[in-house]
Amino acid sequence: MIELKNVSKWYGSFQVLDDCSTHIEKGEVVVVCGPSGSGKSTLIKTINALEPIQKGEIWVNGTPVHDPKTNLPKLRSKVGMVFQHFELFPHLTVTQNLTIAQVKVLGRSQDEARKRGLKMLDRVGLMAHKDKFPGQLSGGQQQRVAIARALSMDPIVMLFDEPTSALDPEMVGEVLDVMVSLANEGMTMMCVTHEMGFARKVASRVIFMDVGGKILEDCTKDDFFGNPDARQSRTKDFLGKILQH
Amino acid sequence: MNLSFDFSFYNWDLISNFILKGLYFSVMLTVVATLGGIFFGTLLAMMRLSGRKWLVVPATIYVDGMRSIPLVMVILWFFLLVPMIIGQPIGAEMSAVITFIAFEATYFSEIMRAGIQSVPRGQMSAGQALGMTYGQNMRLIVLPQAFRNMLPVLLTQTIILFQDTSLVYAIGAYDMLKGFEVAGKNYGRPIEAFVAAAVVYFVICYTLSHLVKRLHKRIAIIH
Repeated sequence: MIELKNVSKWYGSFQVLDDCSTHIEKGEVVVVCGPSGSGKSTLIKTINALEPIQKGEIWVNGTPVHDPKTNLPKLRSKVGMVFQHFELFPHLTVTQNLTIAQVKVLGRSQDEARKRGLKMLDRVGLMAHKDKFPGQLSGGQQQRVAIARALSMDPIVMLFDEPTSALDPEMVGEVLDVMVSLANEGMTMMCVTHEMGFARKVASRVIFMDVGGKILEDCTKDDFFGNPDARQSRTKDFLGKILQH
Repeated sequence: MNLSFDFSFYNWDLISNFILKGLYFSVMLTVVATLGGIFFGTLLAMMRLSGRKWLVVPATIYVDGMRSIPLVMVILWFFLLVPMIIGQPIGAEMSAVITFIAFEATYFSEIMRAGIQSVPRGQMSAGQALGMTYGQNMRLIVLPQAFRNMLPVLLTQTIILFQDTSLVYAIGAYDMLKGFEVAGKNYGRPIEAFVAAAVVYFVICYTLSHLVKRLHKRIAIIH
């Protein structure tokens, strides 16, 4: 469904992605991990062209994202994205956050959009907050609304860019719960995260990136966690550090 | 000229015959120049932030150029030049309206530019990720927040603009100050007239800036 072929990207002369290739099949949950500055977030943002690339090809459901002629708004409307800092629209209520793109981008009626949006809001367990403004919600609640907002668009794939790293520790669980249930329902997902428990629970594959924007590992979850001898020493080193505590 | 201060100068005749007409024009000019200035100022701000040279350069030259010239000179030049260009005279009032929109747009553009930059970049990304076009993003996500963040500054600029409308005396338009001046001349009471003018300007502007301060506390967006 998603295919990246030899993707490279530079900021000026600084290379952030180095010849990255991978693919995501329908229904797969792919977790991307690695140290800060390894280009994880950049990689995931290339898939809906929030980050343009200089070399390589990206295909999403048969659409060439790298092609300048591609209608990007149309493509993006089918790719849900959840950001580290939620990025709800602070001047709109929760319900308006959920409906605005459905109406303006998908051309749904207000009623239809509201129905769909509230259904998703109910799904993330926040129906009671539908008339509040984002600033009145906790971080975990805001992130759940952001997930509901992305789901309201009926995306074919969901991209998560460190969805829990800006949250207080006690709020991480509620967001991960929503993500786990999404994964269990067969949603195609790509998640940049350091939550290895989440990866163990639902990932089909794990991608490990290292400084310099290189993909070092791209293997099944069981291989990644269960077969350390087959891993590169850099990966073992990283895993050793984050799994120790 | 009588050197003692004559309070009987202040009466309803003065207001109804000389002041109201001028006040109406001053307020009308302020409102029209504010709305027009914000509209064109926002366009100028978006041009300057577009990152496209062919939009950035002309907008920057226009804004920096206008801001480096005294307003009273722009008013005068406009009044003299426009009839030459379009081949027929335009009234002092019309000329003042056009000049103020063109001039104030540059100040409002700087305010809107700061406002747009005050909205986190992630907001634009979120809109984009939902499939919204650049125009939709600007109109629905970025500008409403920019406008809200900048409302107190925009209103403060409007108060300054109201004071500046008195500069149309240079081309003989009939604004509030002109009303007082004419009345002062007619009754031979220039001191009383200009004292009253100062008091009226002060009361209006002082009240408005207090209202802006209160509004500022009200509208701050909770993040």
